[in-house]
Amino acid sequence: MSLDAFKNRNIGSQNYVPVNIENYPTSGWDKFKQVVKRGVGKELFVGLWVVLREMLKFKIHTVQYPSEVLPIGPRYRAVHKLLRLLESGNERCIGCGLCEKICVADCIRMDTRVDENSRKEVVEYSINLGRCIFCGYCAEVCPELAIVHGSRYENVSEQRAHFVLKDDMLTPIDFLKQQKEFSGFGALSPNADQLVKKTPLAY
Amino acid sequence: MSEIKLTIDGKEIIANDGETILRIARANDIFIPAICYLERCSPTLACRLCLVEADGKQVYSCNAKAKDGMKVLTTTPNIKEERKAIMEVYDVNHPLECGVCDQSGECELQNYTLLEEVNNQRYSIKDTHKPVKNWGFIQYDPALCIVCEKCVTVCKDMIGDSALKTVPRDSEALDKNYKDTMPKDAYAMWNKLNKSLIGTSSGSTLDCTNCGECTSVCPVGALISKDFKYKSNAWELDKVPSTCAHCSVGCQIYYETKHTDISNSEQKIYRVSNESHFTTLCGAGRYGYDFQNNSSTGKDKSALKRAVEAVKNAGTIIFNSQITNEEAFILQKLKNKLGLKLVNNEAYKYAEFFKTYSHVVGKSLYSADLDYIRSCDFIISVGSALKTDSPNSRFAVNNAIKINKGASLYFHPVGDPVMESIKGVLQIKSKPYSEEQILSYILKRFGKNLPDNISKYLLNIDFSDVNFPDNFEATLDGMLKKKSRFGLIIGADLYSSPQAHNLAELVGLIEIYSDFKILLIPSDTNTLGVIKICQLDKSGNGKRIGYNEKADFTISAFGDGDFSVPALNQQEGTFLNIDKRVVPLNVALKFDGFELNDIANEILDEVHENTIDYTVELFNKIEFDKLSNEFSNSGEDLRGYVVNSSNIEKRDVTFHLAQSEKNRIQGKAIYLANPVLQFNKFTAKAHQLQEKGGLYVSPEYAKELSVVDGNNVLVATKNGSLKVSIIIDNKISGNLAILPTFDSNIDSRKLFDGYRFIEAKINKV
Ligand code: SF4
Ligand code: SF4
Ligand code: SF4
Ligand code: SF4
Ligand code: FES
Repeated sequence: MSLDAFKNRNIGSQNYVPVNIENYPTSGWDKFKQVVKRGVGKELFVGLWVVLREMLKFKIHTVQYPSEVLPIGPRYRAVHKLLRLLESGNERCIGCGLCEKICVADCIRMDTRVDENSRKEVVEYSINLGRCIFCGYCAEVCPELAIVHGSRYENVSEQRAHFVLKDDMLTPIDFLKQQKEFSGFGALSPNADQLVKKTPLAY
Repeated sequence: MSEIKLTIDGKEIIANDGETILRIARANDIFIPAICYLERCSPTLACRLCLVEADGKQVYSCNAKAKDGMKVLTTTPNIKEERKAIMEVYDVNHPLECGVCDQSGECELQNYTLLEEVNNQRYSIKDTHKPVKNWGFIQYDPALCIVCEKCVTVCKDMIGDSALKTVPRDSEALDKNYKDTMPKDAYAMWNKLNKSLIGTSSGSTLDCTNCGECTSVCPVGALISKDFKYKSNAWELDKVPSTCAHCSVGCQIYYETKHTDISNSEQKIYRVSNESHFTTLCGAGRYGYDFQNNSSTGKDKSALKRAVEAVKNAGTIIFNSQITNEEAFILQKLKNKLGLKLVNNEAYKYAEFFKTYSHVVGKSLYSADLDYIRSCDFIISVGSALKTDSPNSRFAVNNAIKINKGASLYFHPVGDPVMESIKGVLQIKSKPYSEEQILSYILKRFGKNLPDNISKYLLNIDFSDVNFPDNFEATLDGMLKKKSRFGLIIGADLYSSPQAHNLAELVGLIEIYSDFKILLIPSDTNTLGVIKICQLDKSGNGKRIGYNEKADFTISAFGDGDFSVPALNQQEGTFLNIDKRVVPLNVALKFDGFELNDIANEILDEVHENTIDYTVELFNKIEFDKLSNEFSNSGEDLRGYVVNSSNIEKRDVTFHLAQSEKNRIQGKAIYLANPVLQFNKFTAKAHQLQEKGGLYVSPEYAKELSVVDGNNVLVATKNGSLKVSIIIDNKISGNLAILPTFDSNIDSRKLFDGYRFIEAKINKV
């Protein structure tokens, strides 16, 4: 977009209030006069009064973080979650290792083994959040929609390297009902069904 | 071999007559898709991907020989369509389980499906239930198998066990319409594929020598190592090219390493892999990899001081040949500086044998190598339990027989059912101490223009201990028809024989007066290197230092000594292998303690930071870092370098066979050798191979002794006795029992005189 086109964008009709900015003083003396006028004059006290008045009225306009958290869009990429299959409660992650491979910060590690049912089991899974750049590649590459980004963006730790383990990320089994299908970065597009070619079956 | 000229995709190429188009293309960096082709084996012709157009005709390039003036196109629209359809067929009903499959990332099915741009499926057939089979070290998942038959081929053409075969698949017939609508080759391939699966030749379990090579050649995840299953994705592993430390063949291997687990960043070896087109591993090399020394306590200065003092005060260093050239060189330097004796019995015997032989022929090295053996069509093996002493020599014999339509005589007192089962091998169970007779026979039969004194002498030899079968001469004449390349493999029985001197002379004479080229299998990992580098002493005196051997002060890579040094998977260095090639070893796992070089630095007048600083002083004087460890596309061995044989002073044979007294074993004998999969303490330490040794007897011998697995017996020879338990081993036959050396709890050597056979009584206790 050229600068011209950028300036003349069609932004529709909006209720813009033009702000009248008076001419700024240019000489040193004029500037000094303005400071004195605003500081000692009534403008300062006007401001203080407004604050005091609103405080007494208990009319609060800011978000009361941390007791109140704003909802975050599904495409926001915060600390990961590992999801379960809704029907069986089984872990979705099959240990294919694609997330580990694609991770640009090389911060995913996993231990796998053969479980009692001869299936591949992911015994441990960790992400070093100190290295993770929250690019979302892992969620995008995951063929099982197992690793996804959650909305928990608060990361406090004593060291740069700090890890989330499988237990920290995995939906607790009693919260299975509350698990929401992820619709953010890496999720299936709504028209995915139409994009799939059917494989012929001889049945 | 004459040269021919041809063009492939317009590129002019000069090649040897008789080569296949595929090999020529590969050698010239031209890519032709191929799944079922295996270098050094006969073409399987299962996949048909290697279709090319030669002079206007479609041929399978893995099978078709190039001709002079040929014009080859590696792809045409029709071939492209065939290949795509072939890959579609392979994908029919293939489980969508790449996500967990061990092969993912190195899977030929994945690769070619992408390469041929398969993006939808046109064909279908009803799937059947095909349960997974557990075959010892190996697991077979028929659902993943694409029936390329590479596993069958390698086991037959390379290994010689022929333990796998194709078995009928229980499936429906293909839809009739496909015959007319599908590309021709794809249909034919499918038709064949749809009829078979892989099974074992011996009933429901796999009965073989467990080399695991079938898992290595399998292009998909159908044949895998059970131990490795689901432990790591292929791409997470670092491949460290190195050399197997267990026998003198010194196969090229990759140690595949990765961090131990999430919380432990220490490297761990997860598996060993190989370039199956160019090298073939035995089970010891494949599964016996984690023998590292874990007992290091870091750089312990006081321990080093103690070790230095001990070496300075010692009179003798006892060692074995599981040691690098550089370490051997350092030992020799210590000997020069301190006037120590260097004692290594096994290498000493080999050295004496070698010396006698090489002065007879006037050459500093023997004439054959394994490549030569593979190119032979008539091979004789004397004095080696080939299958366990030198597995790759066995593979080479088998390969030569299969590929060159060769034949082989296998002389050994211990029956070997595997050798016996190879068509073309005549096993002759000669008696112990009969090696002289065998070699004399070979000289007599194959020698040309023998000097009078020798032929006169040979006239008087009796061959009664060789146990020739009936009609042997006629059989041999049959075997020798149209044979032109001859190889003679000599094993460790001869080096330790009381008649070693005469035997060595006979071997020399065979080389001089017949068409045979000789391979003297080095009796341990780096015996050849050791004897070329060290001046060994017959015996020692004074205080003894043991380098990987128990002594007054033991320096050990095993972790059980007074001073710990790195094991062979923890250090850099070189071996001189059976092919007379200097091959490099690399560090797969870290060792943070001191090594032999640190002791030497305190004693010698020269100081070297690394052990491999000595490499440049050895053989062809090439630096360690200049040694490559790879094969070229055409299969040329580029590892390290070959040490050339030089002419040395020729001496007349002393040849006093007539005087040599007859050694005989009257009653039953035992043999000093290891079972399949074991070589030494290190293989026995590896987690997959851990086992207890015992007295190995063949099933029929067990019956004769009326013992069963686990029975305790007392084995007594004139030198002492040992209580061991019976292990029934169906990989040997006849009534000669085997006592192993790999188990450090069985001091088997004390029962023997040096020769590998001795008379013994076996009594149940
Ligand atoms: S990509 Fe998904 S299924 Fe694969 S290992 Fe990662 S989280 Fe598990
Ligand atoms: S064999 Fe290859 S294609 Fe089949 S599941 Fe394994 S990786 Fe995938
Ligand atoms: S098991 Fe592997 S090597 Fe053997 S036929 Fe099947 S795919 Fe080929
Ligand atoms: S492990 Fe070796 S000997 Fe056994 S079936 Fe496989 S290739 Fe044959
Ligand atoms: S490679 Fe030639 S048929 Fe498979």
